[in-house]
Amino acid sequence: MLKISNLHATVGETEILKGLSLELNPGEIHAIMGPNGAGKSTLAYALGGRPGYEVTKGSASFDGTDLLDIDPHERAAAGLFLGFQYPVEIPGVSNLQFLRESLNSQRKERGEKELSGAEFIRLAKEKAALLKMDMDMLKRAVNVGFSGGEKKRNEMVQMGILDPKLAILDETDSGLDIDALRIVGSGINAIMRKPDKAVLLITHYQRLLDEVKPDFVHVLADGRIVKTGGPELALQLENEGYEAIAEAA
Amino acid sequence: MTLAQTLPTKADEAWRYADLKAVESVWQAVDMPESVVVAAGQSEQKTLILETGEAQIRQLHIVLEEGARVDVACLAAAPGYGRVEIDIDVASGAHFEMGGAIVGADDQTLEIVTRVNHHAPDATSNQVVRSVLAGKATGSFLGKIDIARDAQRIDAEQSVKSMLLNRGATANAKPELEIYADDVKCAHGATVGELDKQALFYMASRGLDPVTAKRLMLHAFVADAFVDVDGETSAVEEQALAALEALL
Repeated sequence: MLKISNLHATVGETEILKGLSLELNPGEIHAIMGPNGAGKSTLAYALGGRPGYEVTKGSASFDGTDLLDIDPHERAAAGLFLGFQYPVEIPGVSNLQFLRESLNSQRKERGEKELSGAEFIRLAKEKAALLKMDMDMLKRAVNVGFSGGEKKRNEMVQMGILDPKLAILDETDSGLDIDALRIVGSGINAIMRKPDKAVLLITHYQRLLDEVKPDFVHVLADGRIVKTGGPELALQLENEGYEAIAEAA
Repeated sequence: MTLAQTLPTKADEAWRYADLKAVESVWQAVDMPESVVVAAGQSEQKTLILETGEAQIRQLHIVLEEGARVDVACLAAAPGYGRVEIDIDVASGAHFEMGGAIVGADDQTLEIVTRVNHHAPDATSNQVVRSVLAGKATGSFLGKIDIARDAQRIDAEQSVKSMLLNRGATANAKPELEIYADDVKCAHGATVGELDKQALFYMASRGLDPVTAKRLMLHAFVADAFVDVDGETSAVEEQALAALEALL
């Protein structure tokens, strides 16, 4: 589904990704772990097409489409979802309006029929309930005045509504208390644990992986994947730290 | 500022940012200031929309008697030069509310100029102006608030925000407060900015095309200046949003 080969990316003058390769197949959940500054968020942003994150070499294809050749909103329409580490506040624009416009913009891009107001509200209610989020929060301006945990839960509601094929979730677990972590984890499972979907979880901690069991765990250090293993690798990291494992690799 | 009857010059502070050539072209045609008196305890609504005509100047002189209220909604979006001028006297217990939007592109010069004269105590005023400027447009808000020595316990607010969509656009915001009373509240804020790039990327990552994303953000920005009436978008806000379409 996603094939990244020898990806190099720079932010400003600094090269952050230095030849990263990774392949995700449908039905798989991959976790990427790694020390601060290893390039985890850069990978997410480069794949999402954030301005300022320049891919200088390598390729990323998504279901056969050259991901790097299309605009960020087209990547979303193609089925890519980026869960932000720091979701952005948009004053004056309600969550519901934002999501309805987003979903319909995607559907239009794909040549599908747009959803009516009633159809959309039904969908939004269902997904909000899944994440135990109050509909009143969806009527409020996007992320404005939300706590850190509420923002992350809102990201997952958005993911549920937009129903992507591939989700790249950048530290979705940071800032969550234990209960919220469980809700978010079961949300990810309910929305994305399907044979035709894939997830790339970027995280620092084992605790999210207790909720969302990865099929593969990768260690990212200095802009490259230095080690790949099964779920047990995350436990080993938790016990031994990144440094020991990155060095041994 | 008195509403000038002789052709203004750049030396006149209230006309400093005006397109004086355009002013000259229409000066003879400018009507005397429209005069509005809101009687004690009454309230009134005024709407001023400049969206057609190469050059337009609208002047409004309002007198609020005791306990009166006026709600002014205005839009400056004339294709060439547009100027809205409001001069208001506020009596005790009266309230002046103004929401204004300036929407311009190309070489448009648009301005909203107000002078609020708080000559009596215990009165309030609130002005909210939002400007969206593209191309080489210039948008200016000059807001003078005079508070006389005996006009105690006045609460006068002014919020002016401008959004520049291009490097060539210019926004001027000039709050001018002359306060002689010592027990007053006078809050004013002015900002000039551009569209939040982080928000634009966030919206794109959800699938919003760039035009729709810009539209949502600009609508929200301009909507600040207007209040919904019975849950409906006001006519002036509709016009402002229509003017924004040309900037997307």
